[in-house]
Amino acid sequence: MDYILSIVVLACINMIAVLGLSIFTGFTGLFSLGHAAFVGVGAYTSAILTYYYSVPFPFALAAGAAAAGVVSLVIGIPTLRAKLRSDYFAIAILGFGEALRVILENLDITNGARGLPGIDSFTTLPVVLICLAGGVLVARNFLRSRWGVACIAIREDPIAAEMAGVRLFRTRLLSLVVSAVYCGLSGGLLAHFLSFIQPVMFTLLQSTQLLAAVIAGGMGSISGPLIASFVFIALPEALRVAQMWRLVAYGLLLVLIMVYRPQGLMGYSELSSLFRRKKAEPVRRQP
Amino acid sequence: MTTMERPLFSVKGLTKYFDGIRAVDSFSFDVTEGSITGIIGPNGAGKTTVFNIVTGIYRPTCGEVLFRGENISGQRPDRIVRKGIARTFQNIRLFNRRSCLDNVITPLFQRERCGFLGSLLGTPGARKMERDLYERAFGLLKDLGLEKFASMQANTLPYGLQRKLEIARALATDPALLLLDEPAAGMNPEETRSLANLIAEVREKFKVTILLIEHHMDLVMNICSPIVVMNFGTLLARGTPDEVRENPDVVAAYLGNRKERK
Ligand SMILES: Nc1ncnc2c1ncn2[C@@H]1O[C@H](COP(=O)(O)OP(=O)(O)OP(=O)(O)O)[C@@H](O)[C@H]1O
Ligand SMILES: [Mg+2]
Repeated sequence: MDYILSIVVLACINMIAVLGLSIFTGFTGLFSLGHAAFVGVGAYTSAILTYYYSVPFPFALAAGAAAAGVVSLVIGIPTLRAKLRSDYFAIAILGFGEALRVILENLDITNGARGLPGIDSFTTLPVVLICLAGGVLVARNFLRSRWGVACIAIREDPIAAEMAGVRLFRTRLLSLVVSAVYCGLSGGLLAHFLSFIQPVMFTLLQSTQLLAAVIAGGMGSISGPLIASFVFIALPEALRVAQMWRLVAYGLLLVLIMVYRPQGLMGYSELSSLFRRKKAEPVRRQP
Repeated sequence: MTTMERPLFSVKGLTKYFDGIRAVDSFSFDVTEGSITGIIGPNGAGKTTVFNIVTGIYRPTCGEVLFRGENISGQRPDRIVRKGIARTFQNIRLFNRRSCLDNVITPLFQRERCGFLGSLLGTPGARKMERDLYERAFGLLKDLGLEKFASMQANTLPYGLQRKLEIARALATDPALLLLDEPAAGMNPEETRSLANLIAEVREKFKVTILLIEHHMDLVMNICSPIVVMNFGTLLARGTPDEVRENPDVVAAYLGNRKERK
């Protein structure tokens, strides 16, 4: 029971980070192979606060999320300016992910590469569920707001979006900050669940897994990536695959999704829409 | 509609080079408030490039774009939109995977002042604003005869309706000047005629000044005055439809171009 519980909690924590990345990638159309670094910033910030300074857990969580947001601003401001090129950002975030690991490994307060043990385990199932539910609700509201609508417009066509009055740079930056805050929150929860964090937990591998969940779950969907994230965490555990086969199982799953659902599980749609009435057959586009 | 002394919009000595190609070359013209001004010219004359400069997508090599007396050249597209210039695109650029309603609500939202936290929390105020905007968006779709397609994904519409949806989206920015880049492209004569009526209606209803690029001569000759003729990036002629039709330079440019293309 404890074992299953811990898998569910881990999956929910992962889902919060995936939710954030899906706002940035799935809805704004920008790719990132570095969002695990924001998880790391959130994890270390909140853990250090509760561990060394006995800051109450909710405040530490909030501080971790905020720290991730601030760090994302520092990366986003110089790199998201380029109008039609998102590669500057992609490279910068990749570099930042690696730089963060080096920094964490060489600081005293983070206890270097050995990691920080003995963090209080404040993260319980109810805490995680509340955070996840709140996160989904806020994400949904965000995507219906002026800014979310602007993000989606940018994904669809940045030039047309600008001509609709969307501020390209600001909106992309906002999307990044929002996604980083989600990742930071996820990190804070993770640190206080595992009671132990280490720099290698927040590297390119984890960033890749976050992005894989978003892509496999489907661009432009909230529910798809959440399902994918849950499956990616839970399935290898449930099947009790030996550690060495875990990545293979994971890869296989990705390949299967790519083959059978190239648009991802829920590309550009939501789970809730399956239960609604089917819309009228659309008129075919003329050549 | 009042006609002011000063033109609503004018372009002065506009020049744009693309790696040695002179796409637009010291091009100048005015648009009077309330008019439907047409731009015609052979393929590659530089018409779309003028629109791209005016809307801030390209920076001109030199020259000025004056809107209500202010030089707006080189400003960011979204700022130019806010000043009151909107456009449609020659190669349609809709938010393809979004519904028609969402296409139109995007610019409507950008004009509103919304509280960030209120939006995130989905306060009643935020919800009400959203509902009002959807209503306005639906109204705009109605004005263009698109209400039946409101919930359909934009890229599933037939071509002609996609062009109309682009006009609806442009109108949603509340423009004073509306730039239409080949709004009748791909339409048959009948659709073209009804579009001509629609454009005239839009001008009345939304009190916009219209500047349009078109190759359909009957549409241009019917609803545009004055007409500006461009060739090789320069101004070839400007005048009423009759003046333009009888201008020997214009005739030569069109015949010459047609020969070249054959
Ligand atoms: N981004 C660009 N880079 C390089 N050359 C360009 C670019 N945009 C336009 N041109 C060139 O500038 C010239 C004018 O193009 P433009 O699209 O303005 O013509 P047009 O009058 O709109 O033609 P059409 O009637 O075919 O739409 C052409 O020679 C074109 O190849
Ligand atoms: Mg053109």
